[in-house]
Amino acid sequence: MIKFDGTLTAIAAPLLRDNVDTDAIIPSREMVSADPEVLAGGLFSGWRYREAGGREPDPAFILNQPIYRNAKILLGGQNFGCGSSREHAAWALVGYGFRVVIASSFAPIFFNNCVRNGIVPVQLSGEAIAELASKLAADPPGARLTVDLEAQRIVAPDGTGLAFPIDGYARQMLLAGLDEIDLTLEGKARIEAFLERDRERRPWIYET
Amino acid sequence: MQQAKSGEGGVGFDQADGTTLFEKLWAQHVVTDFEDGAALIAIDRILLHERTGAVALRKLHAAQRPVAHPSRTFCTMDHIVETVPGRGDATRVPGGQTLIVETRRRAIDAGIRLFDINTPEQGIVHVISPELGIVLPGVTLVCPDSHTCTQGALGAFAWGIGSTEAEHALATGTLRVHKPKTMRVCFEGNLPDGVTAKDMSLSLISRLGSGGGSGYAVEFAGSTVRALDIEARLTLCNMAAEFAVVTALIAPDMKTFEYLSGRPYAPGGEAWKRALGNWRELVSGNAATFDCEIIIDSGDLAPMVTWGTSPQHAVRVDGQVPRHEAAQGKREAYDRALDYMDLKADTRMADLRIHGAFIGSCTNSRISDLRRAAGLLRGRRVAEGVRAICVPGSTQVRLQAEAEGLDRVFVEAGFQWRESGCSMCFYAGGESFGANERVVSSTNRNFESRQGPRTRTHIASPETVAASALAGHIADARAWAR
Ligand code: SF4
Repeated sequence: MIKFDGTLTAIAAPLLRDNVDTDAIIPSREMVSADPEVLAGGLFSGWRYREAGGREPDPAFILNQPIYRNAKILLGGQNFGCGSSREHAAWALVGYGFRVVIASSFAPIFFNNCVRNGIVPVQLSGEAIAELASKLAADPPGARLTVDLEAQRIVAPDGTGLAFPIDGYARQMLLAGLDEIDLTLEGKARIEAFLERDRERRPWIYET
Repeated sequence: MQQAKSGEGGVGFDQADGTTLFEKLWAQHVVTDFEDGAALIAIDRILLHERTGAVALRKLHAAQRPVAHPSRTFCTMDHIVETVPGRGDATRVPGGQTLIVETRRRAIDAGIRLFDINTPEQGIVHVISPELGIVLPGVTLVCPDSHTCTQGALGAFAWGIGSTEAEHALATGTLRVHKPKTMRVCFEGNLPDGVTAKDMSLSLISRLGSGGGSGYAVEFAGSTVRALDIEARLTLCNMAAEFAVVTALIAPDMKTFEYLSGRPYAPGGEAWKRALGNWRELVSGNAATFDCEIIIDSGDLAPMVTWGTSPQHAVRVDGQVPRHEAAQGKREAYDRALDYMDLKADTRMADLRIHGAFIGSCTNSRISDLRRAAGLLRGRRVAEGVRAICVPGSTQVRLQAEAEGLDRVFVEAGFQWRESGCSMCFYAGGESFGANERVVSSTNRNFESRQGPRTRTHIASPETVAASALAGHIADARAWAR
């Protein structure tokens, strides 16, 4: 598991669209590897490049604007990461350098994929995100946001703070970089006891 | 549509049963409860496909972890296999062949059940699982694929996961899950002629928005749903993925039991009888309350088609491109969708000329879908300039259709007839409809470039696709019905 180092201060790129889907984050044709570094090249490729499959940047796309080149925080809209379950979407974001996505809601599979890959999915209201975006826009170039996962706080360029909620387990997984499988297997006896009981109760499940 | 307060549906006699179907499934699978509302849930069935499943198997192997329950783990080849007749491992998808070969080897090494290319069990994962009796009422089932909730139509808790979660499920037979809220969507009354499960779901999504089910396990209920056959129920649950649900499900009933009886992986003999006893209890109690409840009058529904780039952008097929005030979503997204689709507000949907027609995908490629489409196509010809393709959802569906002579109906109408797979439901660098081509498609996603770079997708039912292919423009299938 990739860890998130507690606090990050970085440039935040606004992509304030609703329903940014995983096909947009990483089109299927770009899923040529499971390696984040390779996938990073295909991140948002339908929007980022002039031609499908090409690599000539489209200057209109936010990440191609020089001040956002080193963005590590992405501001999004509603239902971010909807669509396909492909974890490649999270891998491509990580490979590009993103460590935080702020959105007003997340698609559930994408959310889980984020926390398993060191990306903090921060949920704020649409208004709060719009306000952050306008503060960032008021303060270029290179305005930065600070995301403090331990304190569950965001600090805007003008010093104002904003609390955000996150599921305790997701937070712990991000901060500690837990190996979830090892953690679960520590409770193997309980799983086996469950299976033993369940075999009595629902034998047909086990006869395939 | 009314938003009812939770609990209003509970007017029956068994006041004692206040548990929803979802909660029953949940309770039957909790291994450990955690303090934060999550639980370790036992997983009864894991399904994999070559596109995302192979990664999970590879990583598991690299970590030297065995698959905990290989006999309850199944793998198919559907996403990037070719669907042209005479196919082998070679595929136009870049890097695809390597993935296919690797998936096969890893599945065999892991001892899991593999439904390989050109075997009779092969097909789209959400088509073959019900068909083979892998998904059963009351099971938990996961697959690294977002449309896994399709399979909840048989009364299962089925949901899509990522590759890392799949690795965890494979290694431990469990997953840590946050308990979702519950929603019930009741469709009540008779569907008007020509209105299908696809139209029910597009209509629902156009009202709730594509984020409308976020955080919920959604149970579809009501007299309309009970009247649907199993394949239509699968379509309904399939499309639930397009409004952000955690999972979707339908209480199993006699139709479910009849559908499953005798399927290869369904229980038989004494086990079947015992299972039935358990399955009959899988209903939401009369006193059950939901966090959200929605009632829809099915009599008001009509055939639907999407105009934009999100499934929520759906209108009646006899309607027009909405103005922004009448459409879901923000102005910028609305304008971008119009621009991408090359449309203007107020254009009649029926005035849109099409270049492509596609019948296939885990939404609408089952035998009943093909029969209904063939009913319209029989003895007619696809309009000039329309590239029409039919891809059965599974090899079994293809063989059944061929036994009924449906393949000839499609071919004589001018459709290509294919081997089964996901095919052009999504673009993976292989085959596509071209840029700026307008395609009517029985699939589930009309995202930008979903079916190919800059391809313009309109989602609809198989009958709307068939009628549109015949007309050469988006068409109301009711006008073509015999
Ligand atoms: S048919 Fe389409 S939506 Fe269904 S599993 Fe295949 S690619 Fe996904």
